[in-house]
Amino acid sequence: MRLLRLRVNGDVVPVAAPSHWTLLEVLRYRLGLTGSKQGCDKGDCGACTVLLDKKPVLSCLTLAALAEGHEVTTIEGLTPAHLRAGGRGADPIQDAFDRCGALQCGFCQPGMMLSARALLAKNPRPTRPEIQAALAGNLCRCTGYTQILEAVELAVAESGGAAVQPADGRRGARGAS
Amino acid sequence: MKAFELLRPASLEQALELLPKPADRERVRVVAGGQDLYTEMKDRLIEPDQLLDLKRLAGFDRLEIDGAGNVTLGALLTLSRVAEHAGLRASLPLVGEAALSIASTQIRNVGTVGGNLNQRPRCWYYRHPGAHCLKKGGSECFSKEGFNKYNAILGGGPSYIVHPSDLAPALVAAGAEVVLAKKGSSRTLPLEQYYTLPRDGDPLRETVLGSDEILTHVRIPAPAAGWKSTYLKFKERGSFDFALASVAAGLVVEAGVVRSARLVLGGVAPIPWRAKAAEEFLAGKPAQPATWREAAAIALSKAEPLSDNEYKVALSQNLIERAFTRLTT
Repeated sequence: MRLLRLRVNGDVVPVAAPSHWTLLEVLRYRLGLTGSKQGCDKGDCGACTVLLDKKPVLSCLTLAALAEGHEVTTIEGLTPAHLRAGGRGADPIQDAFDRCGALQCGFCQPGMMLSARALLAKNPRPTRPEIQAALAGNLCRCTGYTQILEAVELAVAESGGAAVQPADGRRGARGAS
Repeated sequence: MKAFELLRPASLEQALELLPKPADRERVRVVAGGQDLYTEMKDRLIEPDQLLDLKRLAGFDRLEIDGAGNVTLGALLTLSRVAEHAGLRASLPLVGEAALSIASTQIRNVGTVGGNLNQRPRCWYYRHPGAHCLKKGGSECFSKEGFNKYNAILGGGPSYIVHPSDLAPALVAAGAEVVLAKKGSSRTLPLEQYYTLPRDGDPLRETVLGSDEILTHVRIPAPAAGWKSTYLKFKERGSFDFALASVAAGLVVEAGVVRSARLVLGGVAPIPWRAKAAEEFLAGKPAQPATWREAAAIALSKAEPLSDNEYKVALSQNLIERAFTRLTT
């Protein structure tokens, strides 16, 4: 057992875990952050994607002990970070996924949204092929890719290209909610 | 995965001290990004007692290009940084293209140059925890008579794995060397000689890396004036996958005539497969489609497909033609 001090979604969290536990296991089974999904658990599906120092990585292929000293962002941290930065409502990516119906079973969605979030932070005006490339590591077994790509494009369009801004509570025509 | 002790040396010297004696080779594993190693541990193909993490070592994550154009890649450089380096993409496009073709964004953000070059085979018999194949100390390579769609068509026997690295064929084509450090000394050898065919060495391993050594750097000599290069990879799945076949190609063409050529195939042999006969054929030939077609035929003339992988012959030939066409149009 090792005492780790992880920085997760802006908080410093002390947590005891064995050396061989992955970041995903610590997030889900020690910290209760079950938004990161345990899919294949070996790097094929992307459902466990989190941001490590703002870059998407696979938490199932990251040792928790080696995440010390890095900033971990999970899906649970996106909207709080958005609100802390002065935004309103949900994170614009989450809002766009909601309005585009970019989910079926929802299992891939946290990873998809974190990959999209990292893409837009780096490239505010990605093309369709750039979005596809950035999301290539996230598999949707319901095959709902069209709405997912549309959601990212909606977030890009509404941001005006600079940085993705709050969606201001508007609802698109496709949105169910 | 099985519990292990995590060691985090702060210097290369400390790391080398912690390496095991040859007899204990399986007990201690070196890890950088771990994107391949952890999958082996999760499938219990390996169960080390200690993991030697290299990420605290300073200075081994740099990409340097000197005034003459020689490139040094630290073993701890992430594949993302290799793929995105503008200077490298300008002088040695095949290296950046190969790096970008590897796995997914998530894996490239963590996976390293050293890890990519030292990754283990993807053969499904090797990866299956229940198959005690030749690669795991068994007596038989099951792919020879079994399901061998993804296995070797060149250089096979007694094992028919293919080397899964994309970076390796590109770096061999670029004439790269690797630096291997051990206690008190280091050696440099061409990357081409770093890999061993199963029939020439220990079939349990793919490289000549000693149990007392760590791969620390890759050095790529400045390309010759006029050298153009590219890396083409064919995947069964568009999103991300290992190569069914890939081609690393480089050319110098002057006045419509090939002066020199490099051709290395990936995904078809247990090592990055240098097509030397095709390279020799190309020198002095007119840079035109008929030349590429003939070079492609020569490169695959010694292929010995297994029952389910004859498609790799035509696939590789087409990739070769396409690569040289891309370099000359």
